[in-house]
Amino acid sequence: MKPSAEQLLAAIRGLPLPKVRLMEVCGTHTMAIAEAGIRSLLPENVKLLSGPGCPVCVTPAEVIDAVLTLAMEKNLILASYGDMIRVPGSIPGDSLQRRRALGADVRVCYSPMDALDIAEANPAKEVVFLGVGFETTAPGTAAAVLSAAERGLSNFSVWSMLKTVEPALRALMAMDGFNVQGFLCPGHVATILGEEGFRFLPQDYGMPAVISGFEPEDILLAVYKLLRQIADGAPKVENEYTRAVRPEGNPLAKAVMAKCFTPRRDLWRGLGEIPQSGLGLREELAAFDAEKKFGVEIPGPAKTACRCGEVITGRMDPTGCPLFGSRCTPEDPVGPCMVSSEGACAAWYKYSDQ
Amino acid sequence: MDDIITLDYGSGGKKTARLIENSIVPALSNPALNALTDGAILGDLVFSTDSFVVDPIFFPGGDIGELAVCGTVNDVSVCGAVPQYLSCSFIIEEGLPLADLERVIASMKSACEKAGVQIVTGDTKVVERGRGDKLYINTAGIGKLKYPGLSPAKIREGDAVLVSGTVGDHGTAVMLARSGMMQTELKSDCAPLNRLCAAILDTGAAVRVLRDPTRGGVATTLNEFVEGTVLGIELTEGAIPVRPAVKAACGMLGLEPLYCANEGKLLAVVAPEDAESVLAAMRSLPEGENAAQIGVVTAAAPGKVLMKTALGGRRVLQKLAGAQLPRIC
Repeated sequence: MKPSAEQLLAAIRGLPLPKVRLMEVCGTHTMAIAEAGIRSLLPENVKLLSGPGCPVCVTPAEVIDAVLTLAMEKNLILASYGDMIRVPGSIPGDSLQRRRALGADVRVCYSPMDALDIAEANPAKEVVFLGVGFETTAPGTAAAVLSAAERGLSNFSVWSMLKTVEPALRALMAMDGFNVQGFLCPGHVATILGEEGFRFLPQDYGMPAVISGFEPEDILLAVYKLLRQIADGAPKVENEYTRAVRPEGNPLAKAVMAKCFTPRRDLWRGLGEIPQSGLGLREELAAFDAEKKFGVEIPGPAKTACRCGEVITGRMDPTGCPLFGSRCTPEDPVGPCMVSSEGACAAWYKYSDQ
Repeated sequence: MDDIITLDYGSGGKKTARLIENSIVPALSNPALNALTDGAILGDLVFSTDSFVVDPIFFPGGDIGELAVCGTVNDVSVCGAVPQYLSCSFIIEEGLPLADLERVIASMKSACEKAGVQIVTGDTKVVERGRGDKLYINTAGIGKLKYPGLSPAKIREGDAVLVSGTVGDHGTAVMLARSGMMQTELKSDCAPLNRLCAAILDTGAAVRVLRDPTRGGVATTLNEFVEGTVLGIELTEGAIPVRPAVKAACGMLGLEPLYCANEGKLLAVVAPEDAESVLAAMRSLPEGENAAQIGVVTAAAPGKVLMKTALGGRRVLQKLAGAQLPRIC
């Protein structure tokens, strides 16, 4: 039987540890931690940070600017997950939602396959799906592209903003002043990558790593295991989420991804340009690559007072940003972390007792 | 303030409130309007109006016609009045099948019978194809004020916060119908609440305020009760009735039941010693069979709605910030 939340909290409090900082890198963890009020229950020496785990939040403002420009093309339907709709580019308030009110055809989808259906139903229009996310959404996006190729849908394309977790974590750990003693690894991504996808953490960096599920008890157990590893000085990958994550992950999903995508350099908010950290469409699928099809150009880095970059790299709490709660709120967001339901700032604003 | 209206302004949350406070009330100011209650209290009459633009117009558990009758009946009822007469305006997009319109009208008739009200005046407009979406309905209603004095200003420390049944059914059912993702048993809770309101108020209990938590959901309505006051509300997570199917669907859709619209539920704040008798009165009717106390009014968190989580943690429940659900009522 699994230990109860009370037992886990007692065990965590019982561990003799100096100050430790643990980081989760998954938007669903960010939300689950905030929703269950876990921060208010942990002892003061244990600090939970939100890393670059919210796909919307790691997308730089200049990329959003390019998306907004594309959305205004005539005869074009932009299909996106709901989270992207309210993210502003470099101008606060300028979002897909605003562009839609000004006439852009922007549709909210729950799956890339919905976008495929839209393309089929609108043969006279171009349909571009914004492929956002990590290894979790990449296989579904790949399946949609491959299905479009099979069905000969020439009016469908994907703008892949898909990113991979490992290069980002490596870049994060190489940053000056990086101060995290263990990673709460994302359960969803791990269902695809498996335990093996996180071995580099203890092997290359001596970094404790525990793959966690999303119930409050899962997270508390993972926190306990991380603290245990730190106390014992024995970093390794542990899998708390065995009901969904296998050591080897999901080979089928990995194969579909490999068939569709190839690693490429990508831009991350807060982390900058990271080699081999994005997933671009393979050359043979160029016909479905929206960036090529529409000659997308990313403008130079946008200037913004938003400190999302520091928040998602663990260098600042959301409340440290001068805009937090004043100029930047969920109803009038400046940065993506305040928009996405998985964003660190939104979770902080929504759930913490300010 | 934005320079154009986006969907957020129709969410029933913070931006809707801002639009009303900044642009509408200052221009049209008068005592009845400025009270910003569900209906205007005009001596012994209550007058209210509501427009309905739900998509799809037919959804599991109801349709736009039933919603249009219940919505206005409920707005009048929660003011403490007995709704009597409704008006009804149709804005129809050309091309709407006549059979669909007749089906909507038939369900309006049956909802009127259920609620004991009559539609006594109306209007019909047809707009060009593409200038509207199938069918929009506006209703207005009047009723006799029978139980005067209901107001959030009456809320006191220690009061009990009650809900008449499961939370989030309507919003979730409509979103599922829109997404076409899942077939479930989930239905809208669309229902007239005048009988339930009367049953509660006839107990003679010290009822402070009644409200039907539609757009913005339970979390937004409770925030409206206490914002700007010296009192707050603390909810107990485990006490809030939520259907497992609603919880599961919300998880998939990225929604929260407490922010999802309800169309047949009541929130009531009552004196603590009357909580049991009011709950019993609610449970005596089918529309209140799952009634429960979900929280208490506290002086510890002025102006805030707090949630005590199942783990024992605490978090703040804000008002809905942006559009959670496009056109659910």
